[in-house]
Amino acid sequence: MTSDHQPGFSTLAIHAGAQPDPTTGARVTPIYQSTGFVFDDVDHAAALFGLQSFGNIYTRIGNPTQAVLEERVAALEGGTACLAVASGHAAQLIVFHTLMEPGDEFIAARQLYGGSVNQFTHSFKKFGWTAKFVDMDDISAFEKAVTPRTKAIFIESLANPGGRVSDIAAIAAVAKRAGVPLIVDNTMATPYLCRPIEHGANIVVHSLTKFMGGHGNSLGGAIVDAGNFDWSREGRYPALCEPRPDYSGMVLHETFGNFAFAIACRVLGLRDLGPCISPFNAFQILTGIETLPLRMQRHCDNALKVANYLSQHGEVEWVNYAGLPGDRHHGLAQTYLPKGAGAVFTFGVKGGYEAGVAVVSNVKLFSHLANIGDTRSLIIHPASTTHRQLSDAAKKSAGAGPEVIRLSVGIEDADDLIADLAQALEVAAKA
Amino acid sequence: MDHDHYADTYIRDLLDEVKTIAVVGASANAARPSFFVVRYLAQKGYDVYPVNPGHAGKPIAGCMTYASLGAVPVAIDMVDIFRNSEAALGVVKDALALQPRPKAIWMQLGVRHDEAAALAEEHGIKIVMNRCPKIEFGRLSGEIGWVGVNSRVLSSKRATLHGKGFQQLGLASQRNKP
Repeated sequence: MTSDHQPGFSTLAIHAGAQPDPTTGARVTPIYQSTGFVFDDVDHAAALFGLQSFGNIYTRIGNPTQAVLEERVAALEGGTACLAVASGHAAQLIVFHTLMEPGDEFIAARQLYGGSVNQFTHSFKKFGWTAKFVDMDDISAFEKAVTPRTKAIFIESLANPGGRVSDIAAIAAVAKRAGVPLIVDNTMATPYLCRPIEHGANIVVHSLTKFMGGHGNSLGGAIVDAGNFDWSREGRYPALCEPRPDYSGMVLHETFGNFAFAIACRVLGLRDLGPCISPFNAFQILTGIETLPLRMQRHCDNALKVANYLSQHGEVEWVNYAGLPGDRHHGLAQTYLPKGAGAVFTFGVKGGYEAGVAVVSNVKLFSHLANIGDTRSLIIHPASTTHRQLSDAAKKSAGAGPEVIRLSVGIEDADDLIADLAQALEVAAKA
Repeated sequence: MDHDHYADTYIRDLLDEVKTIAVVGASANAARPSFFVVRYLAQKGYDVYPVNPGHAGKPIAGCMTYASLGAVPVAIDMVDIFRNSEAALGVVKDALALQPRPKAIWMQLGVRHDEAAALAEEHGIKIVMNRCPKIEFGRLSGEIGWVGVNSRVLSSKRATLHGKGFQQLGLASQRNKP
């Protein structure tokens, strides 16, 4: 391959970051299940600890299996570098730990995965970080929420659970005017459907647990550095622009240029907070990513068939899927997700709470559990599970009203999924 | 030639070809990028000659420092410029005065001077601008992937061990060349 040829997405999904092992010739990336790595000599050790050489020290900071995963995800997102961590939550913790000081604020879309809303609202408060929530569709609300203490804007490209689509470029323009990075959680879309960096994102985060790994067997998270944000502004992001006492006065943005943010997340956040990914999980996720383009297309094709079926079903009140032509986010989906609107969406069943419980209780192929992005189709009734503790009003505003059912459509035969929902809706209607 | 983009083969051949490198503007401060580059290139087996009049006669990362390019006692294959863009033309003129002339002149990340580059190219000297030889060596050897950086290189060939130790990759030998 000549070096000017630009490889396509499917090729990157298989090859990026992975060369045959230099000592054994192993073609598949081995699971380097080792906590530590021997130094070549004392000088080499010193150079590694001083960040002067590339290499492996200790698996809390990096590991060769993890490194292949990182380069793979960076390549797929079109970023300069990546850090893989234990979970999507760990990725968010490390990103904000790198950007924020006590007393700082960030702006977040209100429509986020519920676990992120919890993390931002409750746990982050203990660090003195304040999340200001605004409606994802109201671009002027992002603009109005900016203050001198604002350090970042956080959105999901495709929001969980409603299947709503963010206007990434418009929000990126707000972030640019405010001089803060735009962080995009791309978990639900994956880079196969949407590459937020191409629309102006500065940092991309992932729960690799979902569609990226894709098999419901391993937790992981990722932080991708787009390499397009200027960290040099004095006093603004001290972790990147001030001399580091723990690295003999090194200034990270000056030393690592367009991949400084990813390095800062590793050598400050991951080093000190500790949520590293296990090499085994990195291996499992790498294997999953090899088939991402095939799986993701099938997920989307199946989801559209299931959503179409439900939208015409007599026992269904409404379907929220941006892939359907009548959906209010359909236009944005065509701009940002032309290959498909993802595979997670909600619908409302007639008969409210009781009917919702009856549907999830009577499915035979869909699994009743709290995850998304598995090869298997998944179903959950938020009002009786994930959102059970909320008041009725809070349930409704969170999109978890009594009639709401969330699906994560898998890659089985669509006809079988439709037949399963048909029989469960029939039972629910009789109940 | 186009200096916005360099083919990987161009950079790899250049880094394969040179053995002695003078680093103009090398710092003795271990927290500075220029110190890192001297240390890394020396570790990769290049003979590195820091050039810094304020530090002449003393070593930087184990390499003896000289006051000027002309003072370096061996033939220099490559001059690496760690000065600002305005200073680059002067350094290129100094490099052209060397006997023999260097095969390559490299300007660090953020350093670019098209007039200086054109002047050197008239004398058959290869030019790289706005790049870092440490990053490029790390990228083309595969080492840079160990810290999660996107090397943008795909290969179905084994990575090449540098020959000393296991945590040292080298530039691919002939078999990795297309």
